[in-house]
Amino acid sequence: MSVQIWTYIFVALSFSLYIGIAIWSRAGSTKEFYVAGGGVPPLANGMATAADWMSAASFISMAGLISFLGRDGTFYLMGWTGGYVLLALLLAPYLRKFGKFTVPDFIGDRYYSQTARLIAVFCAISVSFVYVCGQMQGAGIVFSRFLEVDFTTGVLIGMAIVFFYAVLGGMKGITYTQVAQYCVLIFAFMVPAIFISIMMTGQAVPQIGFGSELTEAYGGGYLLDRLDGLSEQLGFATYTEGQRSTQDVFFITAALMFGTAGLPHVIIRFFTVPNVRDARKSAGYALVFIAILYTTAPAVAAFARTNLINTVSNAEYEMMPEWFSKWEDTGLITFDDKNNDGIIQYVGDPETNELNVNRDIMVLANPEIAELPAWVIALVVAGALAAALSTAAGLLLVISTSVAHDMLKRTFMPQITEKQELACARISIFVAVLIAGYYGINAPAYVAQVVAFAFGLAAASFFPAIVLGIFQKRMNKEGAIAGMVVGFTLTAAYIIYFKIINPTADSADNWWFGISPEGIGSLGTVANLVVALIVARFTPEPPAEVQEIVENIRLPGEAIPR
Amino acid sequence: MSDSSAHSYWKANIRLVLSLLFVWFFISFGCGILFVDALDTVRFGGFKLGFWIAQQGSIFVFVALILFYIRAMDKLDAKYTLESSDESDAASQENS
Repeated sequence: MSVQIWTYIFVALSFSLYIGIAIWSRAGSTKEFYVAGGGVPPLANGMATAADWMSAASFISMAGLISFLGRDGTFYLMGWTGGYVLLALLLAPYLRKFGKFTVPDFIGDRYYSQTARLIAVFCAISVSFVYVCGQMQGAGIVFSRFLEVDFTTGVLIGMAIVFFYAVLGGMKGITYTQVAQYCVLIFAFMVPAIFISIMMTGQAVPQIGFGSELTEAYGGGYLLDRLDGLSEQLGFATYTEGQRSTQDVFFITAALMFGTAGLPHVIIRFFTVPNVRDARKSAGYALVFIAILYTTAPAVAAFARTNLINTVSNAEYEMMPEWFSKWEDTGLITFDDKNNDGIIQYVGDPETNELNVNRDIMVLANPEIAELPAWVIALVVAGALAAALSTAAGLLLVISTSVAHDMLKRTFMPQITEKQELACARISIFVAVLIAGYYGINAPAYVAQVVAFAFGLAAASFFPAIVLGIFQKRMNKEGAIAGMVVGFTLTAAYIIYFKIINPTADSADNWWFGISPEGIGSLGTVANLVVALIVARFTPEPPAEVQEIVENIRLPGEAIPR
Repeated sequence: MSDSSAHSYWKANIRLVLSLLFVWFFISFGCGILFVDALDTVRFGGFKLGFWIAQQGSIFVFVALILFYIRAMDKLDAKYTLESSDESDAASQENS
């Protein structure tokens, strides 16, 4: 059977599974819609968090980016996992104990201020929008290549699917679909990785194959040494050495970590478990499930890079396998025969280099480059879609709860009934899907980069406000509001300036302290913290009942009832 | 729960969190970024040590940190909830 037929089979099977689950678990009350009734077991929540977390960026783009960045790609690996340590130690248990529905709920109640709540709503919506666009774009790439429809149609199909189960099931539907999606995506990521690892190194565990010797067929020697050698020979940067400045890598890693801990769609997952102990446990499970993919990804990156170079470098264009021309059709691989010799010169020097490979396609193309069986390739497609859709659904839920719960119910229209609130939540998902789809089709950067900006914004707005809310009893509304506004504005302005207003200036010479726009979120976080602490010192302390709430979150034992 | 035991619970909690965060920072930002070139001079198998910590080792450490935290907090919670239920037992006996 061809790849095409296998793809249709896997995609159809996995989609009907998701839709089946959504119908089985549709939500009847707002509590079910927002936090799945608060009764999700920690193991299931761990899987759902992992699927929620691992997006198109993790599944499709990350290994590809690493395979082009080499050691610099480290900031994605450490940044997107290290944040879980912060989340588990500093946020998850306390927020669960606080026992509300959303992040703006916490900010609004802890800082006894509707203004703070609305700022939090604004931040949550902007962060989630930026992020969801990346997912739509990811789904679009997959559809356009493997179902051979054009990119726009691809995005539209993705939108329709997410819309269906997010609207029907709310958090409850999303949670149980995400459990299924985690299983699909991790299986889809691991199977080709294991296959390729065995082929290239004879090791079944990719994490070990990463540091092993290549088999005779691949020329022997350690994989990483070989890759370093190939890179040098062709004039690319040495794979295991860094190119970016140390401070830039440091700040990007920090921004991704703080962002991870401040992303509203991840935080709300910890409201869905029954108690505080389960919140801690599910953070642990989540990181274990995430680590399986994240420790495999750098191995996949190295395998893919070696394979790509072996296959294309100095090969005749006419002899290229089928996958090559199919990716060429999508415009994601381009070959320009500059010296008209019919041979692909794939080298580091842009003057003579004839081949451009879009980084986002490496994971998808990898099994084809390694000539794995058709069903494995189709499986990867289903996995990539699971990753994109599960994250998109989680983000859309944040947008809809922010609008329906925080903005309408808690701020502007407290008198609406639960039924009306639920209807508003569903309508806002609909609007959000449309806008996200539009930006998914017309998005500015690579998937993982779009996502990196969302992290910067989350890091600079929520992370400090929540941590201070728990660990600083003296923190008041003036401090928190000033901090969030300064952090968010600074980060957004820096990114918008270098990415939209003046992209030609986007180079290390013009950056502050050598920090690229991807890493500015960490500076925003620090600015937020400092401003908040200073302002709080000169303004009145929070009212006694708020201080009592803070005392209560710090006690051992169970949650305050909602 | 009495104020003083609530206070010492919170202090124990903070101490635990800070020491785990120290390890977190040392491994990721320290070994994975700041000292990575120095560590790269050490090799094991096909890996340079710094490169390995940056791309894989740190993630294993993160997992270990959270798992340790879960166990330590369970113990801490058990210790203090036990204490406070002893206190409330004593209080109810005095009342009777």
